[in-house]
Amino acid sequence: MHIMNKDNQNPGTNSATNKREQETEIISGSEILIRSLIAEGVDTMFGYPGGAIMPVFDALYDHKHEIKHILVRHEQGAVHAAQGYARVSQKVGVALVTSGPGATNTVTGITDAMMDSTPMVVISGQVVSSLLGSDAFQEADVIGVTQPITKWVYQIRRVEDIAWAVSKAFFIASSGRPGPVVLDIAKDTQVNKCAYSYQKTHFLRSYQPVPEIEEDHIRMAADLINGAKKPLALVGQGVVLGKAEEELRAFLEKADIPFGSTILGLSAMPSDHPLNFGMLGMHGNVAPNIKTNECDVLIAIGMRFDDRVTGDLKTYAKQAKVIHFDIDPAEMNKNVKTAVKVCGDAKQTLPLVTALLDKQSHAGWLSEFKPYVQKEFDCVIKSELYPENGGEIKMGEVVHKVTEATQNKAVCVTDVGQHQMMSTRYFKFTQSRSMVTSGGLGTMGFGLPAGIGAKYGAPDRTVCIFVGDGGLQMTMQEFGTIMEYDLDVKIILLNNNYLGMVRQWQELFFDERYSETHLKNPDFIKVADAYNIKGRKVTQRSELDEAIAEMLAHKGAYLLEVVVETKGMVYPMIPSGGSVTNILLGNGNKL
Amino acid sequence: MEENKTLYTITIFSENTVGVLNQITTIFTRRQLNIETLSVSPSAIKGIHKFTITTFSNDEEVMKKLVSLIDKRVDILKAYYNTNEDLVHQELALYKLSTEKVMAHGSIEYLVRKYNVRILEVSTDCVVFLKAGHYEETQGLFEELAESIGVLQFVRSGRIAITKSKVERLSDMLAKREQENQEKWGNA
Repeated sequence: MHIMNKDNQNPGTNSATNKREQETEIISGSEILIRSLIAEGVDTMFGYPGGAIMPVFDALYDHKHEIKHILVRHEQGAVHAAQGYARVSQKVGVALVTSGPGATNTVTGITDAMMDSTPMVVISGQVVSSLLGSDAFQEADVIGVTQPITKWVYQIRRVEDIAWAVSKAFFIASSGRPGPVVLDIAKDTQVNKCAYSYQKTHFLRSYQPVPEIEEDHIRMAADLINGAKKPLALVGQGVVLGKAEEELRAFLEKADIPFGSTILGLSAMPSDHPLNFGMLGMHGNVAPNIKTNECDVLIAIGMRFDDRVTGDLKTYAKQAKVIHFDIDPAEMNKNVKTAVKVCGDAKQTLPLVTALLDKQSHAGWLSEFKPYVQKEFDCVIKSELYPENGGEIKMGEVVHKVTEATQNKAVCVTDVGQHQMMSTRYFKFTQSRSMVTSGGLGTMGFGLPAGIGAKYGAPDRTVCIFVGDGGLQMTMQEFGTIMEYDLDVKIILLNNNYLGMVRQWQELFFDERYSETHLKNPDFIKVADAYNIKGRKVTQRSELDEAIAEMLAHKGAYLLEVVVETKGMVYPMIPSGGSVTNILLGNGNKL
Repeated sequence: MEENKTLYTITIFSENTVGVLNQITTIFTRRQLNIETLSVSPSAIKGIHKFTITTFSNDEEVMKKLVSLIDKRVDILKAYYNTNEDLVHQELALYKLSTEKVMAHGSIEYLVRKYNVRILEVSTDCVVFLKAGHYEETQGLFEELAESIGVLQFVRSGRIAITKSKVERLSDMLAKREQENQEKWGNA
C-alpha cells in the first residue's frame, strides 16, 4: 500500500505494473473520480467550481496535462458546451459543477440532452452525506430534480462507489439510445480514501441497450420496400448517433428511395445527394412534406415523429405503410402507427435489409418531387437567397453566403428561433456531425456555449455559430470563455431587434399584436470588443461578402453582426397542429 | 370504480435501488394516470423487487406506451400489463371493531361464514378481522360491518397478482442476458 506520488503524470495507464500498483493503492475519492474519467477516455470537460466540488477541482490540478478543463462563465454554459462537444466528436460530453445552484443551473442543458439523445455525464458536488436532507447550505435535491430528465442518476455517498458509478454512468450515457446521466457526489466521499481499481462496464442485467434484431421483421421490411412504388425515407439523428451514414447511403441508393431529414439528421447525408430532398417539418422543404402524404411506404430511420415533423397526426401519412427503424423500442407506435418495427442499431439493421432489397429505380416517383422543389424555389428561396438590390438584408442570404464561403464544410451551430430555421434550411453539408442545434427542447441560449464545445470537439474545423439577438443575450457571458481560451469560433449574429420567431407567430396568428417581442439591444460589437473579440457590424448588402471573407480569414474569434430584415418571415410554414400538406408559402403564394 | 374504464394491473421488476419508485411514478404522472393501488416487495429473485400497480384507463394504447416507458428505464428489468381476466389477484383488508359492539351484535358466526373472515385479535377493547379477496369482497364486508357494528379502523393492501398464462420467467430472461454477456465479454 502506498500513496501515489503526485508528480506522476500518467497514473491512468493500464500497463501491467501500473495496474498492480493501482489495485493496492489507497487514494482520495476526488483522485479516484479523475482517474476514472481518464480511464473512460475523457480529455476535455467543461465546468465551474464551488464549495461542494472543491476537492475534485483540487485533484484536477494534478492532472492538467491529461484533462483539459474549460472554465465557463455559467453552469448552463458548461452543459451546452458538453453537448456541443459530444455532438461533433462522437464522445461523451462531461460537465463538472458544484452543488445547489451549480447543479440546478444545469437542468436546462440536461433536459435538452435528454430530448436530443446526447451522451453526457454531469458530475455535481453535493453537501457532505451527514447533512443530506437537512437543508444545508447549497443543498438541492439534485436526484429528485434530474431523475425525470435523465437516462440515469446516482448519488454517490461512499467513496468505494465512485469508480463503479463513473464506469456505469459512461456505459449508460453512451450505449443504446444515448442520453444524459447525472452523478451527484457528496463532498465527504470526495475526501475519503479507499483502494482504487477501474473496470469498464459492458453489461447491466436490467438494461438492454440494443434490442434483439427480429429476423422476420427484417424480411417484412424488405418485402414492403421491394413492393413499394412510391417509397419515402425520413432520416433522423439515430443514423448519426449509430454511425450508420454509409449503411444508410447504401440502403437508399440500392432501392432508389428519396428522403427528407429531421433537423438533427440533416448532416447525415450530403446536402447535394440526388435523393436528398431536404428538411422535414414545420419549416422544412415542401417536397418531402407533401410527399409524406402521397408515398405508399414511409421508412423512418432513427427519428421519433416529433410533432414539429408530423403536424396533425390524424392526417399524417395515413395512406402509407410505415416501417420504423429505431434503437429505442419505446418509440415504436408512440406517435405513428407502424406496420413493421425494425428494432435495433441502424448500423446493423440497415445492411440486413439492404441485402434483401432489389436494385430499383423510382425515376417516375422522383420526378414528381421536382415541381415542388421548383415551386419552393420560385416562391420562397429565390427572394430569400438572391434578393434584388435595395431593401433590407435577408436572414437566408447571410446563411447562404456563409455556407458557400466555407465550401459547405463548416460545423453549423445554431441558437433557437428564426435564424435557426434559416440555418437549418440554407446551410449545406458535406460531412456528418456538422449540425449542432437544440432540436427537441428548443433552448434559446444554446448556441454560443454549444459552439464553444463544438470547437473543442472538432478543433480542426471551422465552427460557425448562428445566433439571434434574443438568444445571444441569454448566454452572452460565454464571450468570457471564448476570450480566456482564445477560441477560434465564428459568431454570426442575425440581428432584427426582435424575438423574431415569436414575432412571426404574432404577425400570423395574433393579429400583429407584438406583445413583448421588440428588443432594445446593446452595441454588440462593443460588448465583443470588451471581451477582446473582433467584431464587425454590417448594415449594407454590398459589404456582406467582404465581411464574411474577413471573418473567415481572421485568426481567432469573430463576431459578425448583420442587421437583417426587421420583419423577416420563415417560410414555408406548416401552422402548429396543421397537416403536413397545409403549407404556407407567404407573399400571397399558394401551392 | 370508474365508469367505462378498464382496470389494468402493471407488474414491474426492478433492481433494489434508491429512487426506483420515483422513476415509475413520474411516468404515471406525465401520462396523467392515477395510481389506484400499489404493492412493493422483494421478488423470488434476490436483489430484485416487484411492483404491482393498478390504474384505470380507457385506452389500451396508453398502457402499452406506459409499460414501454417504464421498461426503458435503466434500473427496470421488466414491465408488463394485464387485465383482470389474465390474473389471479388478491387484496388483504384489516378491520378493527369495538369488542363491546361485536359482543352486542350477536351474529359473528354469520359474518365469519359469509365473508370467510379470520379473527386475528380479540382483546377487551377491540376485535381485529382479516379478509382476503377482491376489492368488491373486502369492500362488501366493510360496508356491512360499518352499517351493523361500526368500524374503528380499516386498512386495505394494494393488489398482488399472478398471471394465469405461461409467460417468460424473469429468471430465464436474466440467465439469457448473463450468458450473452459472458459470450461477448468473457470475464472482463
